[in-house]
Amino acid sequence: MSAFRTDEPAAVAASLPASVRDPDKDRIAAPLLEARFRKRLAAPEREFVLEAEFQAEPGFTILFGPSGAGKTTVLDCVAGLATPDSGRIAVGGGFLFDSSQGIELAVAKRRVGYVFQSLALFPHLTVEKNVQYGLAHLPQAERATRASAILQAFRIAHLAQRYPREISGGESQRAALARTLVTDPAVLLLDEPLAALDAATKAKIIDDLRLWNQAHRIPILYVTHSREEVFALGERVIVLDAGRIVAQGTPHDVIEAPQQETVAQLVGFENIFDAVVESIHPERGTMTCCVAGEGGPVLLETPLVRGGVGSLLRVGIRAGDILLATVPPVGLSARNVIPGRITSLDQRDVIVCARVKCRVEMEVHLTLAARDSLQLAPGREVWLVIKTHSCHLMQK
Amino acid sequence: MRPSPRGRAPGASQTPMAIDWQAFWLTLQLAITVSAVLLVLGLPIAWWIAFSRRRWKFLIEAIVALPIVLPPTVLGFYVLVALGPRSPLGRWWISLTGHTLAFTFTGLVIGSILYSLPFAVQPFATSFAAVDRKLIAASATLGSSPLHTFFRVIVPLSVPGLITGTALSFAHTMGEFGVVLMVGGNIPGVTRTVSIDIFDRVQASDYAAANQTALLLLAFCFTVLAVVYSVNRKSWLVGPIK
Repeated sequence: MSAFRTDEPAAVAASLPASVRDPDKDRIAAPLLEARFRKRLAAPEREFVLEAEFQAEPGFTILFGPSGAGKTTVLDCVAGLATPDSGRIAVGGGFLFDSSQGIELAVAKRRVGYVFQSLALFPHLTVEKNVQYGLAHLPQAERATRASAILQAFRIAHLAQRYPREISGGESQRAALARTLVTDPAVLLLDEPLAALDAATKAKIIDDLRLWNQAHRIPILYVTHSREEVFALGERVIVLDAGRIVAQGTPHDVIEAPQQETVAQLVGFENIFDAVVESIHPERGTMTCCVAGEGGPVLLETPLVRGGVGSLLRVGIRAGDILLATVPPVGLSARNVIPGRITSLDQRDVIVCARVKCRVEMEVHLTLAARDSLQLAPGREVWLVIKTHSCHLMQK
Repeated sequence: MRPSPRGRAPGASQTPMAIDWQAFWLTLQLAITVSAVLLVLGLPIAWWIAFSRRRWKFLIEAIVALPIVLPPTVLGFYVLVALGPRSPLGRWWISLTGHTLAFTFTGLVIGSILYSLPFAVQPFATSFAAVDRKLIAASATLGSSPLHTFFRVIVPLSVPGLITGTALSFAHTMGEFGVVLMVGGNIPGVTRTVSIDIFDRVQASDYAAANQTALLLLAFCFTVLAVVYSVNRKSWLVGPIK
């Protein structure tokens, strides 16, 4: 059950003051976040240039990518904790940073809420005092009222007098979110805030965040490397790899049908092959692609995309999307049935990872039960069954 | 007639086997003053050392640490020169008060502050630097100025370091000898501290009285440090939240 499930979003909105901070002249009010900047990053093992150019509208924008891609640095630059080498960052048309005009607003003046991966709750303050921390400019009575309202909204009012070390991970998470949201930020930055939580707690907090976002339409940059979180939260996703934005769009566009191999690798396409379009079948909405293998090509029927016969493509197939049969299957809707032989079987947690040689080598993921009931073992002859729409085509 | 600053005070060992309580209270007064001043003066210096990104920071760190390795007589000599009537500071002080800073309690305080500076600043700076930078960043993103962050986050989380630094500068001043002798001399009730009293009694072969005073100083310093370290055992947990 979500913390906000029983409340109408409007009630939650009412509990959170529309403008907690003073409407100071140097503070920014309107909501679109625009960023275009460069920053050289000197990581111990490699050096690369972070080039960020994106717009984040009110709502969730997911920053997705592998560790070390520069995701946290993007957040740090928006918050003012890191300084870009050049470029500009603006919220609602007001500059937070502009190298050409020499503008660099102090962190405290930016009205950018930031929830760190470590949460950074002040260990020497109670939950209540943590939540009141960003309201120091208000009278004591006002601080207490606002803190109490948001603690109630996040259902941690009973923990008000506890210290951070005395509460659980999920409760700490709620306290950290409450502490940031009570200040009524113009932009919210969340750096993998749910990374350490179990699935159930994570789902509840994702619900809370989504509902909060319905009531407070501000840009939220949410860093994650979890595909589930991308789909649970994302209205828009930006994929970052080695400092470059390699794709952006809706989660479905970017992750389900990746146009680029970097994105495909990020989102878990275990099988990626070079292919040449051999024939196109507009009447069936498909085409046949030829993947070169040892001892002859493997022909795959794939969805029809633009590009004529002979054009070069990459085909990505998720290991979990491939079926495995021990006898030649018949009567299937799937268009691709490929004979092969198991070369290895490795158990990874509750998944069995089978490698099958079928001129090319494919990785197939199975359950433990499937392995046992089919009595799979290395050397066993099998047939791989792949649906046309499980073959994702990418630009080469 | 004022006693000679360098000579033994008349009547200093007239009552053998007795502790010179006047010297003890003077030393205590000196140590309390010095550690209190260092608690205030040491905070900004330690903050700068912990957080500055200046390239020449190492020079300031070396200057602050100098009294640890410098012979007290060297430090005392330069302090004496700096406080004397020929230096601008000394002349300014004379024009202000009518007497020299050397061989006075104030002069002693100045010399002792310089001598104990690293014993306060280094523990302060170490504890400031150990505060999780994410907490400082979180404070800034919540709208706090650096000064507000310093007093609301950095100082409360550095209390063990502040206690240690203050206790060390206190204990160090209690046992100070070389600088005191150089700057203050040996004037009963003005600059005659416990360590000088002990030295004086040893010079007069009054070992029993020297032992008595030394034992008192030993017990006192041990008690202060033991209390401080026991209080310091309980500190805030800083780091990843469970």
